[in-house]
Amino acid sequence: MEKMINLTIDGIKLQVPKGTTILKAARSIGIDIPTLCHYELKGQGIENRPGSCRVCMVEVEGKGNLAAACATNVSEGMVVKTHTLRVIMARRTVVDLMLSDHPSDCLICPQSGKCELQKLAIDLGLREVTYAGEKSEYRIDVSPAIIRDMNKCVMCRRCETVCNSLQTVGSLSAIDRGFKAVVGTAFEQDLSKSTCVMCGQCVQACPVGALSEVDNTRQVMSAISNPKKTVIVQTAPAVRVAIGEEFGMKPGSRVTGKMVAALRMLGFDYVFDTDFAADLTIMEEGTEMLQRISKFIQGDKSVKLPIMTSCCPGWVNFFETYYPDMLDIPSTAKSPMQMFGAIAKTYWAERLGISREDLVVVSIMPCVAKKYECQRDEFKTNGNPDVDYSLTTRELADMIKLLNISFSDLQEEDFDRPLGESTGAAVIFGATGGVIEAATRTAYELFTKKELGKVDFTELRGLAGVREATVDFDGTPIHIGIAHGLGNARKLLDKVRKGETMFHAIEIMACPGGCVGGAGQPYHHGDFSKVEKRLQAIYEEDAAKTLRKSHENPYIQSLYKDYLGEPCGEKAHKLLHTIYFDKSAKIEETEE
Amino acid sequence: MTRISLNSKKIETIKEICASFGNKPSEIINILHKVQGALGFLPKEVQEVISEEIRMPVAQIYGIVSFYSFFSMKPKGEHPISVCLGTACYVRDSEKVLDEFKRQLGVGIGELTDDGKFSLDCLRCVGACGLAPVALVGEKVYGRITPAQVKDIIAEYRDK
Amino acid sequence: MPDNTFYTEVEPDDAKEIIESHIIKGEKVERLLYLDPDKMQHIDNSKDMSFYKKQLRIALRNCGFIDPENIEEYIAMDGYKALALCLTQYSEQEVIDIVSASGLSGRGGAGFPTGKKWAATARAEADRKYMVCNADEGDPGAFMDRSILEGDPHSVLEAMAIGGYAVGANKGLIYIRAEYPLAVHRLQVAIAQAREYGLLGDNILGTGFSFDVELRYGAGAFVCGEATALIHSMEGKRGEPTFKPPRTSEKGYMGKPTNVNNVETYANVPAIILKGADWFSSIGTADSKGTKVFAIAGQIKNVGLIEVPMGTTLREIIYEIGGGIKDDKRFKAVQTGGPSGGCLTEKHLDIPIDYKSLADAGSMMGSGGMVVMDESSCMVSVAKFYLDFTVEESCGKCTPCRIGNKRLYEMLDKITKGKGTTEDLEHLRNLSNVIKETALCGLGQSSPNPILSTLDNFYDEYLEHVVDKKCRAGVCKDLIRYEINPSACIGCTNCARNCPVEAIHGERKAPHSIDQEMCIKCGTCLTKCKFNAIRIL
Repeated sequence: MEKMINLTIDGIKLQVPKGTTILKAARSIGIDIPTLCHYELKGQGIENRPGSCRVCMVEVEGKGNLAAACATNVSEGMVVKTHTLRVIMARRTVVDLMLSDHPSDCLICPQSGKCELQKLAIDLGLREVTYAGEKSEYRIDVSPAIIRDMNKCVMCRRCETVCNSLQTVGSLSAIDRGFKAVVGTAFEQDLSKSTCVMCGQCVQACPVGALSEVDNTRQVMSAISNPKKTVIVQTAPAVRVAIGEEFGMKPGSRVTGKMVAALRMLGFDYVFDTDFAADLTIMEEGTEMLQRISKFIQGDKSVKLPIMTSCCPGWVNFFETYYPDMLDIPSTAKSPMQMFGAIAKTYWAERLGISREDLVVVSIMPCVAKKYECQRDEFKTNGNPDVDYSLTTRELADMIKLLNISFSDLQEEDFDRPLGESTGAAVIFGATGGVIEAATRTAYELFTKKELGKVDFTELRGLAGVREATVDFDGTPIHIGIAHGLGNARKLLDKVRKGETMFHAIEIMACPGGCVGGAGQPYHHGDFSKVEKRLQAIYEEDAAKTLRKSHENPYIQSLYKDYLGEPCGEKAHKLLHTIYFDKSAKIEETEE
Repeated sequence: MTRISLNSKKIETIKEICASFGNKPSEIINILHKVQGALGFLPKEVQEVISEEIRMPVAQIYGIVSFYSFFSMKPKGEHPISVCLGTACYVRDSEKVLDEFKRQLGVGIGELTDDGKFSLDCLRCVGACGLAPVALVGEKVYGRITPAQVKDIIAEYRDK
Repeated sequence: MPDNTFYTEVEPDDAKEIIESHIIKGEKVERLLYLDPDKMQHIDNSKDMSFYKKQLRIALRNCGFIDPENIEEYIAMDGYKALALCLTQYSEQEVIDIVSASGLSGRGGAGFPTGKKWAATARAEADRKYMVCNADEGDPGAFMDRSILEGDPHSVLEAMAIGGYAVGANKGLIYIRAEYPLAVHRLQVAIAQAREYGLLGDNILGTGFSFDVELRYGAGAFVCGEATALIHSMEGKRGEPTFKPPRTSEKGYMGKPTNVNNVETYANVPAIILKGADWFSSIGTADSKGTKVFAIAGQIKNVGLIEVPMGTTLREIIYEIGGGIKDDKRFKAVQTGGPSGGCLTEKHLDIPIDYKSLADAGSMMGSGGMVVMDESSCMVSVAKFYLDFTVEESCGKCTPCRIGNKRLYEMLDKITKGKGTTEDLEHLRNLSNVIKETALCGLGQSSPNPILSTLDNFYDEYLEHVVDKKCRAGVCKDLIRYEINPSACIGCTNCARNCPVEAIHGERKAPHSIDQEMCIKCGTCLTKCKFNAIRIL
């Protein structure tokens, strides 16, 4: 039995387990103590609790100084007051100090309206900065996906914690000290020159506008306005279960039809689905997986296993940077977004009879790293990218708001054909374990030549950081590994590298929860239950589909018949597969 | 991708030092002390090599180097000058002595003269409070100095 | 000299005379003997010097009397006898009981009871525990720990081993400033010798108890004097404090129970074990037991390290031991506790020095820095000096310390430049109070003390700066100018020759004048003029 502690908060007596903080005790009875630096991804083992912002100060009877509610455990008989004048004056002064070292360009800040510091200033009724003085000055760093404006950094360390503890990327660290202390990269170099993999979890974590994604909405709107251009859009599976939150809907609301309607209203010429390309990915990746596994089972020693998924651009950057010795293990299949782009700029452009330059492909992604991915040179033909612009879920919501579209009142509409048809297997790409489940559904039937009785592989689902499962391929056990969050990926990869566990196939997603917890999704401000609800919605969407297996998608079948030939065949390989690069740091020895 | 080039002998020295501490990230401060002792300062190439050796993100190493005032990413002058700004020296006007060094050398704190001869720093208490105000040139201690003596102290080393 | 003869201001040339006269013939060299400033008599026996009369040396008992690089000299002074006694006669609990009963408390600043700390670490259950010595003396103007480590390193090693035995730790770590090369060297020698003599290492004195000590180096961060920051630094991290609890006694170095004491605290331990808790607790006041080492510096005749019983008054220290104010100027303030402490004034001179009295007076014991100031010190500038230090040394982790102290400094800077307002004085106090009650660590919480104490004790001086735009001490450059009184100047040219910026002009034997545009207000001319012709306006 857990030991229970009796205490009083704001006159209310309560009992909480020993080891509970004042903050959590207060929240358990609905008393809100404001915080800034505290950030927890519940269930993912991540809690940023430096106790450093000093916003959550409360009065504890008998204690000389104020106490930080996030960093003080309850004790028997404790009497806490959360909103006395003394407390409020201290909180105001602390926030006043933060504002004194913060730009006052809130009106045009990308975070305006979503900023946690702005909310604090409003809630505390600050009308002037009493302690104005010198402000920090930093160069604004613009990378292909992320903008770092450290003038706005409040040293909450949330980004540092996700970069180091959650993702084990380690591009960000607190640097310098005293007034000059800030979170930065090594030698304050550009993010694009650092070891950053552009996963964007730092952007998702940042309470202010210090870290934000590159805004591509202007370019998209100008392309739509250009009569010479045909502008098509593709939407990733995780977007449809999250964008509703931006319009006040409950987390996990499935709004696919409304989203399609909104995209048409925004003026896109064709509204397609990345899910179509996800089915295509399964055809390619599933075939590759099957080929490798079959050869392996037949004793071919030249075959590398496990095969690893390669749809997640943060993950691709991660293995290129940290596991350059394992570049031949991931599947060579492009991500669904890039497959879509490649098909759109060839097959679809040909069908429309226009040049690839006149076709603009826009993607709506739950992701920040996709902005980087679509700019990679290998995804361009004569300098023209397969995917021109990638917008986050948040950017799409901004555009919908901009055009005064009443999202929740929209009538549901359906995607355009042919690149808008998809199966349930494609939808689950948005959840951790989904890609490998989709691949299993197809690979099983192709391998065993039997029809799958039950398509739900629940053993592959869930939110544990690293998961292992064995799937029975009609007598042949196939061992599968799954990780989400790059720190978990590292754990799994190190096992593979050391040869500790034999896997046939591995799925890795850079963000916690998979794409539903992507960096481009509506800010969850550390409320991970939102991500869990999106995840449930993904599986509901899958269950609601008539077709659940990628190879059953009739438009995919005809695409192969009419255009691509065989999966992993010559044309498919040219259009749908890619190569990887060693991006690790290199040390050159010189004589001088 | 980061490409770093560094003299092979220096790389060797760094590798040896890291290895002598078992290439352990928890030994980073000892490693930095030793490497700075051997190479004089800790430019970014050096930090990159240490990062590679002990498998610690270079951002974290830079976070440590920039936190502790003892570590320097800039070379020191042939004759490093340090003026004590401890309390005892301060109340005996060491700030004026420091100002005079700045003026005479034409450099600020933490900077190096163009000819590389002198670098200027301030430090907090060398425990020679009885001699306040105190300045160090290299290892030599100058006590009870007045701003007027600064010119002569520099002259002593100018042609050395 | 061994016979308590105390020579002062000895030059290399005097050595011959001392040897020939004193050592060979037994005749003291009168002219070099310490001159009593009051009686103007040379003093024959150092025990009669008022500098020593009021002192009682426990922590410094061996400093200057033994060769610190020779373990046998330490052993000859009963060294390691306390360790042997503990290992053979006392149980772990008995050792803790003795330390607790002695009333020894942390000499690093906060004064936490040492016995209580040891008991907490002893209570914690773990496979490994650590005994840490905090030798990161960062208080600018204090060098007590350095002197002990240089003069008597074994006393610390012995105490750490005793503590290790009491709390159940087999490993000791000394976190020492890299800026103390001699102390590092002496410790290395001492550790090697102690290992050689079987006083450190496996199975000490055949008792089955093993304990060894390693050095860890600081790298120039004042905040690492804070226990949690120190531990992070030893672990190879940025020296940022974390909130407590958990205390280091539960979760310290590498997550294991860790006892952290400073050098001076440890140095007391062997004496307490040998002479008993009653002896130690008979020294000092009701609440503060034993002695305290201070580094006295500033505008005082005798500077240096002293050790006095708790309860000695500031007046005794300054006037009897310190010999009074230099050049017989007027005493203005005494700063204790370094950047965490405050400035005390005339009215505090008779309070007994102990943890509580100093805290009640708005200062603190701190690690033992004591800087005496006369009327030539500007109290606003002194507060600014400390805040400059704090801003420079803040780790930057929590908002109040990172930004708040910077703002305090900026306000003080404004005031010393003659641009302050009375509103600023109000803001200074309000912000100081908020920082005090919201900062994350003890150093942050105490960082506004230099401001609050000077506001309390020297408010008039602040007001003069903001209202009259005057600095009575003549320190704030923007509020003063140097002028030559033509009727007093005889044209000796001494000032002009010494002016570093050649701002003084005039014909020989004719009154000189200062070019105010060029003058950098360094004050050299004032000190050089023998005719009192230069004045500060």
